Amino acid sequence: MKAINEMKVTFPSRSSNESFARSVVASFVAQLDPAVDELVDIRTAVSEAVTNCIVHAYPDNIGEVTIVARIYPTGRVVIKVRDKGIGIENIEQAMEPLFTTGGEERYGLGFSVMDSFTDKLKVTSKKGKGTVVTLEKYISMRQRQAKQF
Amino acid sequence: MAVRIESSGEGMTAFLTGEIDHHTARQIRETVDAAVEKSKPKNLYLDFSEVGFMDSSGIGLIMGRFKLIQHYGGRLTVTGTSERIAKIISLAGLERLDIFNNAQ
Repeated sequence: MKAINEMKVTFPSRSSNESFARSVVASFVAQLDPAVDELVDIRTAVSEAVTNCIVHAYPDNIGEVTIVARIYPTGRVVIKVRDKGIGIENIEQAMEPLFTTGGEERYGLGFSVMDSFTDKLKVTSKKGKGTVVTLEKYISMRQRQAKQF
Repeated sequence: MAVRIESSGEGMTAFLTGEIDHHTARQIRETVDAAVEKSKPKNLYLDFSEVGFMDSSGIGLIMGRFKLIQHYGGRLTVTGTSERIAKIISLAGLERLDIFNNAQ
C-alpha cells in the first residue's frame, strides 16, 4: 500500500535534538487526529529511538540521525529512525529489558518502552554501518473517517 | 530551569518541570545531586506533578537519586506521578520499591 504522506528529517546526534525529534514526528502525525495517548506513545517511542542513536550509535562523536515517517490510508504510521553509527552486535541481547551498555544512569529500557508503546517494532543493524529502528503504530479511526483520506 | 529545589528542616523537595529525557535528565541530576551533597537531607522528595513528558531517562533519574540518598542514610519519596509516568515506572518494575507516594 502506498503512503499518502511522508516526512524526512536529518539532524546531528546532539541530545538537545531529542525534544525536537519527538515534537516534529508528533506534529506530522497530528494530521491523523490521534488521541492524546496515541500521540504520547509515539513521542515516547521516538524519544527512546533517538536517544539510542545519541548514546549508543555515536558514543564518541556526533553523527547523522534521520527520521522518515510515513502515513498510510488505514491510519498506519511507520517511523524509521536511522543512524550510520557503530551498529548493534547482538540485537536480541540489546532488546532484552535492563540490558545496557549505556552507563550514565541508563537502565536498558529503551527497546522495552518502544515495544510496549507501539504496535510493531523492528530493528536491523550492521556492525560499523548503522542501525534502523522501525516503529509502527495504528491511529484509531475516531474522527478520521470524516476526513478526506 | 527544569528543576526547582526547596528545603525545609530535614527535608528537601526537587520540583521537576517540563519534559524529562536523556538531555534534560542530566541537568536535573547535576542540580539535585549538588544540593543533596551540600545539605545531605534526611528526606528527599522528587515531585513530578509538573512533568508533562518523561521517557525511560526518568527511571535513571529516580534510581540514581535513590542510591545517592541511601548512601547518605536518607530516604527518597517520589510524588505526583501521572498515569503516563506510572506506566514507564511499572515497565521498569520500580513500583516494587517503597518510594512512591501520590497522596502527598
